[in-house]
Amino acid sequence: MSATTAIPGPAKDSTTALLLGRRRHRVNLIIKICCVTATVIGLLFLASILFTLLWRGVAGLSLTVFTTSTLPPGSHGGLLNAIIGTVIQTMLGAAIGTPIGLMVGTYLAEYAQGSQLGNAVRFVSDILLSAPSILVGLFVYQIIVSPFGGFSGIAGCLALALIVIPIIVRTTEDMLRLIPSTLREAVIGLGAPKWKMIVLICYRAAKDGIVTGILLAIARVSGETAPLLFTSLGNLNWSLSLTRPMASLPVTIYQYAGSAFQDWVDLAWAGALLITVAVLAVNIIARTLLRGGK
Amino acid sequence: MGRGSQVSGAAKAETTASTRWTSSLGDTIFAALARLSGILVLVILGAIIVALAIGGAQALRTFGPGFLTSDDWDPVRESFGALVPIFGTIMTAILALLLAVPLAFGIAFYLTELAPAWLRRPVGTAIELLAAVPSIIYGMWGFFVIVPIMSQYVQPAIIDTFGDLPVIGPFFSGPPFGTGILTAALVLAVMVIPFIAATMRDVFDTVPAVYKESAYGVGCTTWEVMRSIVIPYTRASVVGGIMLGLGRALGETMAVTFVIGNTNRIATSLFGPGNTIASIVALEFPESQTGSLKLSALLALGLILFVIAFIVLAISRFLLRPGVKA
Repeated sequence: MSATTAIPGPAKDSTTALLLGRRRHRVNLIIKICCVTATVIGLLFLASILFTLLWRGVAGLSLTVFTTSTLPPGSHGGLLNAIIGTVIQTMLGAAIGTPIGLMVGTYLAEYAQGSQLGNAVRFVSDILLSAPSILVGLFVYQIIVSPFGGFSGIAGCLALALIVIPIIVRTTEDMLRLIPSTLREAVIGLGAPKWKMIVLICYRAAKDGIVTGILLAIARVSGETAPLLFTSLGNLNWSLSLTRPMASLPVTIYQYAGSAFQDWVDLAWAGALLITVAVLAVNIIARTLLRGGK
Repeated sequence: MGRGSQVSGAAKAETTASTRWTSSLGDTIFAALARLSGILVLVILGAIIVALAIGGAQALRTFGPGFLTSDDWDPVRESFGALVPIFGTIMTAILALLLAVPLAFGIAFYLTELAPAWLRRPVGTAIELLAAVPSIIYGMWGFFVIVPIMSQYVQPAIIDTFGDLPVIGPFFSGPPFGTGILTAALVLAVMVIPFIAATMRDVFDTVPAVYKESAYGVGCTTWEVMRSIVIPYTRASVVGGIMLGLGRALGETMAVTFVIGNTNRIATSLFGPGNTIASIVALEFPESQTGSLKLSALLALGLILFVIAFIVLAISRFLLRPGVKA
């Protein structure tokens, strides 16, 4: 084409070719520098968050944080009830959500096979995975808290379970799909029923991936605040009852960070440091596990 | 001897039959359980919509379609409208995307084409960890770190530079409080960058190497390969990834609540305070009585947020499903 037009093409004119080439490489260099800058900015955000947490969190950290419950400002309270509350609600939420998510993931990977219902379930589960978590809180408020008269720890667990389910569904389905079909055929060929094939062989082969999913789900919900505001509400007194309002670390941080008392703000930073370190540690463990499994 | 083996053979046949019967029963039960769990997911989605609609019915009945167009939020006169939160939600989410998409694209480009192999995993993991940080932490970080920087350096500088210009000047005017729409958008941008970057990186990796090698072979630069081969090949998925980020930004609650200023007014300036659906629900909920019109208005807002998020996420899923080509 350039042979027939009068435009001085690189083939005809060596000076133009040189200039064009130089310009192309200059553009390339500028874009590359921009991309490196973007990555550095992204990493700087993470560094800034971690540095702020360490700097302000370590100042508020002391043994009383782990040994004392939340107390009125000025009386050297801790975060014990909030930490315990978060552990209870996260664990129960994961315990309720994981079996359901596992079964849904199994259904999608092993039974649905392109059926209308399977596609609908996968679509809805993916929507729920990214849906605003505050809506889960409002939903549980409407169906549990409001009709059964009051905020409760169990409502918080249910809200977290609803967030856990789609996470487990996604990882379980993905991991089960990675298992070669020859393995399944070998098991069926030995005369094993399908459910035994799934439970004894597929789950075992996909174990690392499924455990990773559970860990990631636990990491995700342990930092959730919005759904707990409407369900377990938070409790500044010591309470382990699942039928009464229950404290949690994120909600306590939220209440304390906005307060006017310096010792509460310090405690909020200490709590923020704790929850972030825990969440990031679980994330890294989960990733290492998955990588080791491969 | 022969008789004995016959007996044991019959017994074996009997056991096999009973095993087969139990295993087919086991299969039926297991399949039914799996199917029921799948249906449960659909039921949950339906129940969320129904519960929010029932809860919001009182407000929607009282105010009618005017609920969507009224900028009122007056608990004393019991007059509520959704316009300001809807505006704030969409405005902050779109501004956040404007900030996040170029950065996320740069990160994804760096991770797939530019970074040396030994750096890809640690940098990729670090960016993904940004997504794991709980949103309340972003709120505190935004409030104690970003807000002071915005009020002392960024906003005065922007006001000095653009504030007096005609037409666009008013968008960059007003007192530099540090909080407001722009700050909320900035924090949201940091939160959605990892989601968009991770999606883009994954779809960039799906481009067959032979396409890229052909382009490099005829002398294309890295950027030309990206622009002419990778982006056209992955266009639909890239848009899907951006929509996924938008869906995340729309419903973010805690981080926004800390930094947006929480005022029920449509901000004419980017520095003006505002609110979003999620932030007004989180803030006003503790002050509303069960069965009150205000609570119903908040639930109706939740329903609106759900509808918006559902549409955005559905488009995202549609574009990201395997096998979609631009």
